[in-house]
Amino acid sequence: MFNLFQNIHIDWLGKRRVFIGISILIMLAGLISAVGRQLTPGGTDAFNLGVDFKGGSVVTVKFRNKPADDDIRTALNAVGINDAILQSSTNRPDEMLIRIPLLENTSGDAANGDISKAQVEKGRTTVKQALDTFGPEAEGEATLDTAPNAAYKIIGTDSVGAIAGSQLRNQAVTATLLGCIGILLFIAFRYDWTYAAGAVIAVFHDVLMVLAFFSVFQWEVNLTVIAAILTIVGFSVNDSIVIFDRIRENLAAHRHDSLFKITNDSINQTLSRTVITAGLVILSVLSLVLFGGEVLRSFSLALLVGLTLGCYSTIAIASPIAIWWQDKLGAADVAETLAPQRKEKMASAARKSVARRPVTR
Amino acid sequence: MSNRGLWIRTAIIVVILLGGIYLVFGPRRVPTAADFTWQGIKNNLAENVHLGLDLRGGSHLVMRVQVEKYLKTLTENNREAALNAAKEAKDADGKPLPVVDASSVAENGTYQINLNVSDPSQNQAIVDAVTKRVDLRDWNETSSGNTISWSLPTQAQARLSDSAVEQALKIIDGRINKFGVTEPTLQRQGSSNLHQILLQMPGVEDPERVKNLIGSESHLYLMKVADNSDPSRPFPTKEAAVQALGGTIPPNRVVLPYAEREPNTKDAQANKAPDKWLILETPAVVDGSELRDASPTSRTGSDYNIDFHLKPVGAQAFGEWTGKSVGKYLAIVLNDEVKSAPVIRGQIFDQGQIEGKFTKETADDLALTLKSGALPAPIEYTEERTVGPSLGADSIRAGVEASLGGLALVVVFMLFYYRGAGVNAVLALILNMVLTIAALIVIGSTLTLPGIAGLILGIGMAVDSNVLIFERIREEIRLGIGIPESIRLGFERAFVTIIDTHVTTIISSLILYVTGSGPIRGFAVTLILGLLINLFTAVFVSRTIFNWELARNPNMQRLSI
Repeated sequence: MFNLFQNIHIDWLGKRRVFIGISILIMLAGLISAVGRQLTPGGTDAFNLGVDFKGGSVVTVKFRNKPADDDIRTALNAVGINDAILQSSTNRPDEMLIRIPLLENTSGDAANGDISKAQVEKGRTTVKQALDTFGPEAEGEATLDTAPNAAYKIIGTDSVGAIAGSQLRNQAVTATLLGCIGILLFIAFRYDWTYAAGAVIAVFHDVLMVLAFFSVFQWEVNLTVIAAILTIVGFSVNDSIVIFDRIRENLAAHRHDSLFKITNDSINQTLSRTVITAGLVILSVLSLVLFGGEVLRSFSLALLVGLTLGCYSTIAIASPIAIWWQDKLGAADVAETLAPQRKEKMASAARKSVARRPVTR
Repeated sequence: MSNRGLWIRTAIIVVILLGGIYLVFGPRRVPTAADFTWQGIKNNLAENVHLGLDLRGGSHLVMRVQVEKYLKTLTENNREAALNAAKEAKDADGKPLPVVDASSVAENGTYQINLNVSDPSQNQAIVDAVTKRVDLRDWNETSSGNTISWSLPTQAQARLSDSAVEQALKIIDGRINKFGVTEPTLQRQGSSNLHQILLQMPGVEDPERVKNLIGSESHLYLMKVADNSDPSRPFPTKEAAVQALGGTIPPNRVVLPYAEREPNTKDAQANKAPDKWLILETPAVVDGSELRDASPTSRTGSDYNIDFHLKPVGAQAFGEWTGKSVGKYLAIVLNDEVKSAPVIRGQIFDQGQIEGKFTKETADDLALTLKSGALPAPIEYTEERTVGPSLGADSIRAGVEASLGGLALVVVFMLFYYRGAGVNAVLALILNMVLTIAALIVIGSTLTLPGIAGLILGIGMAVDSNVLIFERIREEIRLGIGIPESIRLGFERAFVTIIDTHVTTIISSLILYVTGSGPIRGFAVTLILGLLINLFTAVFVSRTIFNWELARNPNMQRLSI
């Protein structure tokens, strides 16, 4: 039998201040980045929103010999367009739609389709600049038939509004919050309010951390990021519950140990599972980050950051918060009792709320 | 566990597995030899799984809302309303105001209403009378001599057009969603003065029908049949009806064809000139905007009618009128055609039926367009093409390859780390994927990238369930309580955890499904299916395999885990 993480005795709860401190630092960095960027005039926005959220322009190009998607994307990257969406036209195989996000930081609200002509024009010239690496454009009135040297022709430029306007964004936020309430109620019913609070705070922690990374590094936020965040929420809760479940089981089995010891033991006992599962999932996502291509990069980066932090937050955030709160409740219960008995009573008072529901099998 | 129980469990698993494999890879017809070739299997898979716009592409339609028609109708309606208001108003002495007639201009960006008067000194009184009744706030009023004019300034035109496009966007969104096109993208295209909407929808089988549905205008009116017009003896021509009205149609009357269609002969009838006409009173008692619900019904299963219900305000107006009009005729007018003209036998409030002998498809589409409300203006299609996946074919290929690579890593690790038990886990994993996709096919869901994210989470939790169980069994073995007991306890203890994690995630996904739409729903659906199936594969299937090993070797001393 090949084993990882056997007989681990790490005092996780003892280091909780360090962990919580690190998390707060990262979140502060994100907050400073978001607020700072938003308030700096002429600078970037809090988040680098993609075509999905902000709109942009779509350039329709007719090629004489259509290059591979990858080559077109490389050419676009060379002129600074990193988040283009290439959509081939299947009934007209020589044509392609290139969607690009807004090129300048205009203050106008793009979601209303209110993008200035200058934007569209700039999009056109930038795409032209990129495509000129494949050969000259048939400019003006000339078509591919009349201009024998031309490699392509831009046959249309249009601005497009956001697919996912504020409506979808708000809906995603509302749905996730309601989902969290559902999680809160269920964990409170199966375990205890303090555990529910710990799990949900860990969820918020993970989502905020991902957003912090996206703001600091200015990764593009598009529709796929919403899907990634929903996934992160799922994994985060899953991880928290596995540990809670072990705490509950250990509480029933070892009635005389302190809650702190039981929690530490539970985290250590499930550590091999936590590391294996998280490791496997993160490994798969890492392969998506490295080889999954540029269009999926936002999605895979969000997953990578979120799942890694989710694994960390289960150990470092969810359980300490649940136990810290239990401890407070316990301390209040034993406030009038004598000092020497305090420690043991604290543990049992804290355990009360969990132990009152027997583990059902 | 007895061997018999084990055989039953195995049989259940094999049947479900074969069913899943058939649903995912099999054809929806009698299989031929070609279905067993690699290419055949790939084709069947592509046909069975509905991929969304981001993964497969679909139709790309650019449409333009004909706002000039909207403004024209607005101008004409206001002209009629202004003329009526001016004619009905009295001056201080109780005499009618000196209004002669009205005209309007609605072309080339000019929208203007002109009232011709015979006595310019009364102009202010006429303006007051009109603006009291008709909302002309957006319009600029000018009077010169015998003409009072209201014209719509360019800014107001732009604002009204813009809101018409927004309204059209909402209505179209409602129509395609109800039609069942999953996860279309709908957005405004071009600068706002182009009034364009871009719709992309994933592989729709009948794009023409969707196009018709989006563009169709269904106006329903419940109107009074004029007293001098008897539905049992309709006028044979429009001219005859006009004749009966004294040669001209007064402003409070309309003449409309009365067409009870024969079953399923829509096309044949369409070319035939209508031979029944009725005179109706305007304005309508209730119009289509007061509709709360409409649904197709059929008693015979072939001829469809449409049942409708009215909203409270409409129902009250309808109830009041029907209450005092017993014995008279009601006309149900759909798209400027009287569909039926029943006698009112008693007071009716909120229910009615459009009898049209429609086909099922027509009735479905009609009910849908009636429910979603009328488009503010007709639309025209300016561009139509089919497009490839919006995520880009190359990136999808890269994504699929990377995911398969990731999956391979997982499989290799599980086999290496858990040895014999790893085979269990890998089998359960493959089964989970096949069954989840099969379930998606059964419920006819469309798979998009968010859906794949749900699939990934589901698979992740499937791996996790196995890891939980195996780690638990290892722990029990370490305690030295014998292999069979360790397996039993391992499954039992891990099961509690698995149930808790799964139920929590299912609850939150259900909430996402109910409150979300489009991509959020796609995610929730695949995740819920994946988790339900996982409870079966990780626990039931994996356990059965362990039990087979135990049955072969009841006094097992070493377990490959």
